[in-house]
Amino acid sequence: MAQTWDAIIIGGGHNGLVTAAYLARAGRRVLVLERRYRVGGAAVSEEIYPGFKFSVFSYVVSLLRPEIIRDLDLPRHGLEILPLESTVTPMDNGDYLAVWGDPDKTRREIYRHSPRDAEAMVEFGRLMHHMAQAVKPILGMIPPDPTSLSPRDLLGLLKLGRHFRSLGPEHVHALYKLMTMSSADYLDEWYETDVLKATKSASGIIGTFLGPRSPGTAYVLLHHYMGEIDGSFRAWGFAKGGTGAISESIAGAARRFGVEIRTDAPVTRVLLKRGRAMGVVLENGEELRARTVVSSLDPHRTFLELVGEPELPEDFVSDIRRYKFRGSSGKVNLALDELPNFTCMPGVGPHLRGAISVSPSVDYLERAYDDAKYGEFSRHPYMDVIIPSMIDPHMAPPGKHVMSIFVQYAPYNITGGWTDAKREAFGDTVVDTLARYAPNLKQAILHRQVITPADIERITGLTEGNIFQGELALHQLFFLRPAPRWAKYRTPIRRLYQCGSGTHPGGGIMGASGRLAALRILGDGR
Amino acid sequence: MLRETPFHPRTAALMEGQAWRRWAGYVVASAYELSHEREYHAIRSSAALFDVSPLYKYLVRGRDAARLLDRIVTRDVLASKVSQVLYTPWCDARGKVIDDGTVSRLDETTFRMTAADPNIRWLHLNATGLDVTIEDVSERTAALSLQGPNARAILELACGQPLTELKYFRLTTGKIRGAPVTISRTGYTGDLGYEVWIDAAHALAAWDALVEVGTGYGITPAGMLALDLARNEAGLLLIEVDYISAHHAQIDAQTSTPFELSLGWTVALDKERFIGQDALEREHARGPVWRFVGIEVDWDSLERLYADVGLPPKLPTTAWRASVPLYVGGLQVGYATSGCWSPLLKRYIALAHLEARYGEPGTAVEMEVTVEHRRRRAAATVRPLPFFNPERKRA
Repeated sequence: MAQTWDAIIIGGGHNGLVTAAYLARAGRRVLVLERRYRVGGAAVSEEIYPGFKFSVFSYVVSLLRPEIIRDLDLPRHGLEILPLESTVTPMDNGDYLAVWGDPDKTRREIYRHSPRDAEAMVEFGRLMHHMAQAVKPILGMIPPDPTSLSPRDLLGLLKLGRHFRSLGPEHVHALYKLMTMSSADYLDEWYETDVLKATKSASGIIGTFLGPRSPGTAYVLLHHYMGEIDGSFRAWGFAKGGTGAISESIAGAARRFGVEIRTDAPVTRVLLKRGRAMGVVLENGEELRARTVVSSLDPHRTFLELVGEPELPEDFVSDIRRYKFRGSSGKVNLALDELPNFTCMPGVGPHLRGAISVSPSVDYLERAYDDAKYGEFSRHPYMDVIIPSMIDPHMAPPGKHVMSIFVQYAPYNITGGWTDAKREAFGDTVVDTLARYAPNLKQAILHRQVITPADIERITGLTEGNIFQGELALHQLFFLRPAPRWAKYRTPIRRLYQCGSGTHPGGGIMGASGRLAALRILGDGR
Repeated sequence: MLRETPFHPRTAALMEGQAWRRWAGYVVASAYELSHEREYHAIRSSAALFDVSPLYKYLVRGRDAARLLDRIVTRDVLASKVSQVLYTPWCDARGKVIDDGTVSRLDETTFRMTAADPNIRWLHLNATGLDVTIEDVSERTAALSLQGPNARAILELACGQPLTELKYFRLTTGKIRGAPVTISRTGYTGDLGYEVWIDAAHALAAWDALVEVGTGYGITPAGMLALDLARNEAGLLLIEVDYISAHHAQIDAQTSTPFELSLGWTVALDKERFIGQDALEREHARGPVWRFVGIEVDWDSLERLYADVGLPPKLPTTAWRASVPLYVGGLQVGYATSGCWSPLLKRYIALAHLEARYGEPGTAVEMEVTVEHRRRRAAATVRPLPFFNPERKRA
């Protein structure tokens, strides 16, 4: 007699692990099936070059819900989030723009560029803080369906309505603007310094196939402001040991609650019987049965590959087909023999412990997008660079360093497709662009790992290499994520749930989707 | 003028915001950087370097050295082994704690005692008739504390000898840049860590050596704000904050016994005669009236109190030192004396005195919080101490 589980979780990424841990904490017998040799999905740390550890894909954290850290006691399992305080943007004229951890230092620095902007920054920060606070309850809420008349939905909508009314007109207007405007336009209302607007608007394009002047990007800007560390919004952190340590700590907590985790166990199919999920079939043919099946994969993989179109309602299938991925970013990870020496800020200093943003102007970013729109990677890409070994010395041998470069744009659908030659050309472009600001970079490189959206898809399974399991576009959020009427972690298949970033609220190493899915499953008495 | 420690030429050069504070008549850093955040994280993720020279240090030597210390402190000094370090309180005749510190057995007849307060008079008072010399070496002995997961690797490089065999609360000797040092596996952070005791004349060389070899391992000079967060997480007491010395208390109610401070494990009741023994035996028999416990403030409750006024919770990112009432069923049953938001654990924690019957971990209590000028009560739970206890501390 085969073993039966209360729940099988497909995919050992951070959301799958969070769901598993919460279910097991409530006494369920849970099995997690991970395709790769290790858990983590896109939050993995790997020693790609001997002695050097890379956060291969996802590389910073701000959105991980503190209640998850507490509920699962993650610090006991090794989680520690270290502060990442500064952002320095090198400029083409040899100057720089810096935002530091200390408000006085930052104000003095911005004042150098524009006394008005130095003041605007404080007000802007206050407004964004309010906005983040306004949106925050939504993140912790199973989205109510506005077209439904069920008491639960009505109650949810009522709560939401009350919440918005409590914000006051000024904030509702600001929120409306954030929901509709482009990040560049929105920032134009506040600032005059181009390099400042460019660096801030960069948050609005991350992971989307949009430019800073595309409407809708202001919301993504806000999404990144919602990151919360110790009650302060807009605080970025770096997980000690890389983002893989986050996954490992959740896996550790899950195991402590009794979860079994199987790696090298790719699922090929959800086992169905009369429209109900009965279990899963592994690639090796093994059938595993469970009372509930939960997929942490993106909607495309879950429904079109593991379930199959014939099993699903037609309108749902077309909704899922229309759901947009459009991966737009790549990653370059470097093992370095010495620290980069930035011309604008020579030597070793606190700037190397924060982010280096290659975003010299709004035009620069928009042009980078132009290349991508027409099927090429950006000739001069936007980059978010950090040196993890400066924050956590364990990431590299003493005195050596690792560098993580998030790059945009690198379209999934590149003209002619991604080839080895194109990947290397992309890597060269990235290194060449950064070397303009830090000329010693090239000679310092011991090893280079270049990751295109096609690689992200191939390695992690994320469709089209989209880092958010589907774009953070307004038509794909809240009660529409991933599809109308199916935004509550349930699916048209009974006993099959979804818990990945492709569900509300999605995006980033947040774990909120995984937690809300678990609460829904437990609420359904499963 | 306050005194400067032997490391001052180095620590002053690091000081970004003139954030100095007093400690036993010396100036020491609150934080070197404008925020203490990175210095705190160094304790838990790499290695933090503290100047702890202001500690009072006494060298007790002679045939009766062990006997003297055994008579004073609550732990069994006569049974201690050479190279062992004892953490211990010491009491007056009523069993009330005077101070707490460490007693290190350097050899059969030589001990070093560290204390938060001056204790030379107390040592002399109790040495009558004993063959012992007591020397105050506070000024001529400099002390560094290196705390964090990388502390061992850095110290091994600096002194050129392996330290894997050096167990928790043991000490060894070595050399840094040619100068003899004592290295004890002790600290005030609840993490893997060491304290280095060195002649003040060689202090700067030792600092330089540690910083030089430690840079690749993330060594970070850190101040008292960072230390205060770590000692809260570690559940370690601070004199005049968490308890009042029996020598300073103005009324009896201000004093505490080791049992009341949950330091019962340090009281060796069946050893030779020691000061306070009779009182402590009686207290042990009837059970203490107070317990010293951990408190965790419930996040949801705190968030609700702040949401009532339209604010997100305000978190104490530096540790507070105040007396904060604790309630059960509307009646005050204790008071917290230290507390902070733990950046590591993402929990609001506090150290507290509770009436013994409420001291069991898991007991629901309420803690007073001031939200927008108004006194409110947040739900809280009694937790076992320490809040954070990594395996590496003892491993």
